[in-house]
Amino acid sequence: MDLSYSAESDAFRRDVAAFLKANWDAAAAAAAPDRREREAALRRKAVEHGYLYRGIPRQYGGSEQQPDILKAHIIREEFGKARAPMEIPGVGVQMVVPTLLECGSQWQRDFFVARTLNGEFRWAQGYSEPDAGSDLASVRTSAELVDGHWVINGQKTWSSLAHKAHYMFALVRTDRTARKHAGLSYLLLDLKQPGVTIRPLKQITGDAEFCEVFFDNVRTPQDWIVGAPGEGWAVSKTTLSHERSGFIGSAATSVALFGKLVELARHTMLNGRPAIEDPLVRERLGVLDGYVSAHQYSSYRQFSMAAHGQDAGIAPLMNKLVNTRIADDVAAIARDLIGSSLMLAPPLAGGRGAGNEKWVNQFMGSLGLAIAGGTSNIQRNLIAERGLGLPRDPSNADSAVVNA
Amino acid sequence: MNFLLSPEQIEIQTAVARYLDAECPSTRLHELFDAPDGRADPRLWRGLLDLGVAGLALPEAYGGMGLELVDLALVAETLGSRAAPTPFLGHVIAALAISLAGSEAQKQRWLPGLADGSITATVALAEDGAAWQPEQWRVAAASALTGHKSFVTHAAQADLIVVGLEGGRFGIVRAGADGLSITPQDGIDRTRPCAVLAFDRTPAELLEGGADAAARLCDAALVLAAADAFGGASRCVEMAVDYAKLRRQFGVVIGQFQALKHQLADMATDIEPARGLYWYAAHAWDRLPEQASRSAAQAKAHLADRYLHVARRTVEAHGGIGYTWEFDVQIYLKRAMFDYAWLGVPALHRSRAAALAGW
Ligand SMILES: Cc1cc2nc3c(=O)[nH]c(=O)nc-3n(C[C@H](O)[C@H](O)[C@H](O)COP(=O)(O)OP(=O)(O)OC[C@H]3O[C@@H](n4cnc5c(N)ncnc54)[C@H](O)[C@@H]3O)c2cc1C
Repeated sequence: MDLSYSAESDAFRRDVAAFLKANWDAAAAAAAPDRREREAALRRKAVEHGYLYRGIPRQYGGSEQQPDILKAHIIREEFGKARAPMEIPGVGVQMVVPTLLECGSQWQRDFFVARTLNGEFRWAQGYSEPDAGSDLASVRTSAELVDGHWVINGQKTWSSLAHKAHYMFALVRTDRTARKHAGLSYLLLDLKQPGVTIRPLKQITGDAEFCEVFFDNVRTPQDWIVGAPGEGWAVSKTTLSHERSGFIGSAATSVALFGKLVELARHTMLNGRPAIEDPLVRERLGVLDGYVSAHQYSSYRQFSMAAHGQDAGIAPLMNKLVNTRIADDVAAIARDLIGSSLMLAPPLAGGRGAGNEKWVNQFMGSLGLAIAGGTSNIQRNLIAERGLGLPRDPSNADSAVVNA
Repeated sequence: MNFLLSPEQIEIQTAVARYLDAECPSTRLHELFDAPDGRADPRLWRGLLDLGVAGLALPEAYGGMGLELVDLALVAETLGSRAAPTPFLGHVIAALAISLAGSEAQKQRWLPGLADGSITATVALAEDGAAWQPEQWRVAAASALTGHKSFVTHAAQADLIVVGLEGGRFGIVRAGADGLSITPQDGIDRTRPCAVLAFDRTPAELLEGGADAAARLCDAALVLAAADAFGGASRCVEMAVDYAKLRRQFGVVIGQFQALKHQLADMATDIEPARGLYWYAAHAWDRLPEQASRSAAQAKAHLADRYLHVARRTVEAHGGIGYTWEFDVQIYLKRAMFDYAWLGVPALHRSRAAALAGW
């Protein structure tokens, strides 16, 4: 057991830090009108240096480095410290790119990957439907092959940022006669075409980030299918495995969130004293602190196992539920600390708000976390069945693929 | 970074586990649990001593193996996972006290026998029930002791008792010393018989070290208790899951019922990610001194708390069988109750951890 880094790793860390010092000034960028260009320029340079898009071949705009989970970790830490932009966030980079690299055809990679990496192409995930959320295999949106095009009819819903996306990757039914998930295919489609109607749905927070998407004889070329017809279920699983591997470092979010909660407790007065001095508040924070540290060390362990090529066992299955639980507990404590601010509407679109209203958003966001990407009960099914080996409930045999 | 066990550490754990599975299966565990007189099995203890468990973390110069607290904690986890009735905890903590606070001569005199187990020891910390912290110890540090200690485990089997004294000093009292009386307590965890000790001008050998050594010793004890709790809690989850795969009701195994499945998933999610808490605390004790006290307090508070919670749910998951004396689960529940309170309840250590974090 050794929590320090080797001399080689330390040298690598110094290189990354020096690169960032020379190329990124977070404070200046935040205020600059050309913030986006600055970020794009930094990303380009970081790719040249081998820091970003490491797993992606050069020809597609990646830096094509040997997989090295330790280096990836150091890069994340240093970019985080410098508050420098990392890879373009979102389902395009997280889900579409790895799927295309693994299952896509040559032209699909050539056309989509580089432009997704640099943010030119934005994507929406079209999995959920009004009647198919947890039970994803029952999607009904259909696609029929007519004269070299798939003709798509139906509806997707809760599709995050679809109104700002150019393309969608969707699970659709291409064979009505086949058994549930055997009839599904994974299609890419252009959202900017006649027949596509996108209606942002107002969310619980008041923001409208996810959307309903209607398809009325929408067309996508025959070769915009990823994998073969009927392989959609398997293809969508590849994507998810990539998404899950991204959870290794997920404790960082929980640790940071907990730190903010402690700050809130320091600055909130309760009976004339800082709330953090209140024994009850301290006890609640202490209980949560145990979970947060456990999560952090569990991620050290998962990270070490991955770095040593070992199977991390059951713990990775639990990360989402652990994150959700922590966010929920943070919300519960914050709720009591902010008191009457809970009655204020939260700032919209990530705005900061004058006072404690941002905690109102954290409270609602923690609920989103419990639903998006597979609900907590679906996570429990996964843990129980895949992790603990309990018998499958035949009625949820299809809950294996979850939505973001 | 490498937050993993080494092959040697896995080997130690496996050897202890294998030994316990062979020598202390459920039937034997119950025999010992029900034995009227102290419930210690000298043969079981001897076998563990032969595996080297007592000397793991003692310096090589005194007959130990010179390993770290992590190694000792891994053994504590394994003993906890098998609910093994042995004087291990008290013994190794007493030996650590001498190793931390003893003079050179005292170490030479006592440690080799403690490392090979030719001497068995225990440690007497608590006063008046819940005064576990060194600042609360009131028995005066002198060559003759007068006062009381309670919840002293395996006191009747011990050749030596290391007693926590005022100012964080330690004294060694020998079995049968003048003015020492040992009154068994009716403890809930019969794998760890407890006693109240009364000293009446009882001769004692004072160890050299003071409050610093006591603080360090208490941190180590917290880590070992946390490891025990993690082991017990993991075993509870395993028992509950195994049972859910066997027991049939309504024509199917109960593990197919989602309500139970979700309870089991939650229990597992409470425990599995928490393993690193005691690893980290043990590692910090050896390598990251400025974090040692806080992470020890945190590990003990969290794991002991979760152990009790999970043990309780394990009883429930077993239905009526879980509520019987003859079934294993009750032994784990009682060890969880012991672990919860021993060295101080979670609330105490959470508040210490908070203070140490600077909140
Ligand atoms: C913020 C946010 C963003 C999202 N973004 C996207 C996106 O970009 N693209 C996309 O495709 N989808 C997206 N979703 C949808 C999300 O994936 C689904 O909402 C989610 O998978 C749950 O499906 P559902 O809403 O149909 O709920 P249901 O499946 O109807 O679930 C309702 C309740 O029943 C429970 N339940 C259902 N089945 C079971 C079972 N087998 N066992 C136990 N309990 C069960 C659930 O746990 C839940 O509590 C998003 C959702 C949110 C909240």
